[in-house]
Amino acid sequence: MASETLKRTPLHAAHVAAGARMVPFGGWDMPVQYSGIIDEHRAVRTRAGLFDVSHMGEVSLTGPGAVAFVQRLVTNDLDRIASGQAMYTPMCTAEGGIIDDLLVYRLGDARLMLVVNAANTDTDLAWFRSHLARDVSLTDVSAETALLALQGPRASAILARLTREPVDLIKYYWFREGVEVAGRRAIVSRTGYTGEDGFELYAPAEDAVHLWQAILEAGRADGILPAGLGARDTLRLEAGLLLHGNDMDTTTTPMEVPLGWTVKLQKGDFIGADVLRRQKTEGTRRRLVGFVLDGRAIARHGFPVHVDGRPAGTVTSGSFGPTVEKSIGLGFVPPAQAAPGSPIAVEIRGRAVPGTVVKLPFYTRPKTGTT
Amino acid sequence: MYPKDLRYSKEHEWAKLEGKRVRVGITKFAADRLSDVVYVELPQVGSTVAFMQAFGVVESVKAVSDLYAPVSGTVIETNQSLADKPEVINNDPYGQAWMIVVEPKDLKELDQLMDAAAYAAMTGEATS
Repeated sequence: MASETLKRTPLHAAHVAAGARMVPFGGWDMPVQYSGIIDEHRAVRTRAGLFDVSHMGEVSLTGPGAVAFVQRLVTNDLDRIASGQAMYTPMCTAEGGIIDDLLVYRLGDARLMLVVNAANTDTDLAWFRSHLARDVSLTDVSAETALLALQGPRASAILARLTREPVDLIKYYWFREGVEVAGRRAIVSRTGYTGEDGFELYAPAEDAVHLWQAILEAGRADGILPAGLGARDTLRLEAGLLLHGNDMDTTTTPMEVPLGWTVKLQKGDFIGADVLRRQKTEGTRRRLVGFVLDGRAIARHGFPVHVDGRPAGTVTSGSFGPTVEKSIGLGFVPPAQAAPGSPIAVEIRGRAVPGTVVKLPFYTRPKTGTT
Repeated sequence: MYPKDLRYSKEHEWAKLEGKRVRVGITKFAADRLSDVVYVELPQVGSTVAFMQAFGVVESVKAVSDLYAPVSGTVIETNQSLADKPEVINNDPYGQAWMIVVEPKDLKELDQLMDAAAYAAMTGEATS
């Protein structure tokens, strides 16, 4: 794709000025790294990192039918969350295929915000609109919304310096609206995609640069680093979090990937429920698992997974895990090979590199007592 | 920017003539572009390599790159320390991060490589 057709976040100029390496991602010109992927990864695990994820799409839903509308589209159960709480959920086709995975923010009983993947925003909007009820009004607020992710063990202390709100009291997957941060208003949410403690801040696009600089300044003594999509990918992989478009798509159901916990068949009818109910009873023909390879060669997306010397599946994500210091990955295997400890191999440049299925996640953060 | 005593390939390997042997690695330009090298695959000692043919692989978090031999010959030494510390390729590409030593078949092949100034020009880092 030519660079002039790529979209830019409100922080694009700041990334370029800071010397970030820019790459196309999901139709956007995004920073893949600043100082280096491993450096940024380690900063997030041990101190703090700040990500610009303004490329994500945000959709506002209002009206008395908003909750019922979303309930019909997603697999998880919105009745399980209160106002002020967020929920992770896949959204499926009638065949159970995952159109996207999203966050649903329950701003009120008739007010929701959906956060969707950048590459899927247009597809999702078309899907929402084709199912829209008359008592719901939908607005795409992606362009006017910036999203910053402040992640890492120092995140809470850094954010606390910029606001009078007791942000450390916000529990995991809860949020507060209209929080004053560095003199600007944001939704502050205790969420993230790194496996660390942290916050995501939704703010007006025009406040993005001010907030970005204020947070980096407030975290300087803690060793905060601006971080790019490269570190975001290694962090999420170590944390066992899936990436739509890599690990799952419309040909994949939540029962085949480790997202069965997000499928609430008791909640009432929703799109895809029939297929997912059947798969829950009968099982699936393949399962997405985590694996560790012997040695340091990396299993890349699309490489064949071998069982007993024969191709039996495919790698969906793979990297060197900078914190676990191993070659790790996610891939599909037959159900018989899905149990932790099962031997597998990945074909890398014509050679079968042995490995082992492991329990996800690869990395769990040390417990600190908060949240 | 680039050491004057080395010869450079268009695939970003350097070659250093040491008596009758040639030491091989990749340039700072290549290492920077890869960034975060995490794995190197090198040939066995005793195997042969051919001029500008792939002899190994270097992997970073994001990408895989072939390594091309800047000279034909027999591999007489490989840098085993890269298996555990591949990051030296980013930190010290012309020193600790050498990859193989070749006993060359035809030293004239080195004439086909670039000197430091020509390589700098190719990478757009022309020295003034």
